[in-house]
Amino acid sequence: MDRPRRTMLFIPGNNPSMLQNAGILGADSVILDLEDAVSITEKDSARILVKNAIEALDFYGTEIVVRINPLSSDFGIKDIEEIALVEPDALMVTKATEEDVRKACELLTKIEEKEGFIPKSIKLFPLIETAYGLENVKEIIKASDRVIGILLGAEDLTADLEIRRTAEGKEIFYARSKIAVTCKACKIDAIDTPFTDINDGEGFIKDINTAKSLGMTGKAAINPRQIDTIHEIFAPSKEEIRYAKDVIKAMEEAQSQGKGVFSLNGKMVDAPIITRAENVLKKARLAGLV
Amino acid sequence: MNIVNPAKAGTMESSDIYIIVSPNEGGGIILDLESIVMKQFGKQIEEVILKTLYRLNVKDIHLVAKDRGALDYTIRARVEAAIKRAI
Repeated sequence: MDRPRRTMLFIPGNNPSMLQNAGILGADSVILDLEDAVSITEKDSARILVKNAIEALDFYGTEIVVRINPLSSDFGIKDIEEIALVEPDALMVTKATEEDVRKACELLTKIEEKEGFIPKSIKLFPLIETAYGLENVKEIIKASDRVIGILLGAEDLTADLEIRRTAEGKEIFYARSKIAVTCKACKIDAIDTPFTDINDGEGFIKDINTAKSLGMTGKAAINPRQIDTIHEIFAPSKEEIRYAKDVIKAMEEAQSQGKGVFSLNGKMVDAPIITRAENVLKKARLAGLV
Repeated sequence: MNIVNPAKAGTMESSDIYIIVSPNEGGGIILDLESIVMKQFGKQIEEVILKTLYRLNVKDIHLVAKDRGALDYTIRARVEAAIKRAI
């Protein structure tokens, strides 16, 4: 985790007015979508538009991720060949398998060599949206050291599982847990599926809190209106930041006195609490809160 | 590049440009431009279109452009898409 990735906002790849505003909406990342948001007859045109947009527009430091078409189709390979030339931060691999990630990685290596780009500068963001992908998520992550995070795609996953998708999201409890734990183990980001009913504010807040409580590190958004709420919930609270600062200060004092274990406000502080405090401060720093 | 088929790209939505191209064998470049910002940016839009045609090595073409306030990157992209569909 070297940059905040609390929100990843989907932007349809064939829409000039949305593309040119993508960098000013406040999301940590934007996903310029060449897949589901683009009709089959416009795939070529969207690819050329996204390529020109990345080349010409200022995204003001927002991470640029391009969701490419499935690598089993001709579109997917062409997407990589064209889009890699303008060096996006990452490519999102749809319905990812280990084979897809390896294939994308090999193609990127060839392009980077040919164009003289920094090796492995273009990262990969697999999208887990099939039962196979979910059960093999660790292998998918390990298929390339370009992988920086996983996005859970719950709509397609529940369709693949032939189960109903609900606002409560109980049906994706296992998927969220599995992705959160595996990503944590592999030290990459776990991004939650978007909440699709933009008019259900209460359900949206519950959904973000559920994802956060299970260990997801950020959430995809499908509307700019969702960004602020996600940021607020994923950012450490003022109390958490204050407590973390107290822990670190107490630790430094204890170290200077040669103490291994120490207490703060009458409670013993040990390694897991220090690690938690360090993580809180790291997140707060990335979010510009300290 | 030789334009062999009629083709189109883009939309009539705001911030986009709709491009229709057709063959014009041996007739050079014919450009018909309509824009909602013709007075302010007509010359600039024309220039972007011509530069894109030059870059793609297109010498004979009839190109109709209906602009709805597209930025340069969109103009370049839509012209390129229409040409690639037409060759």
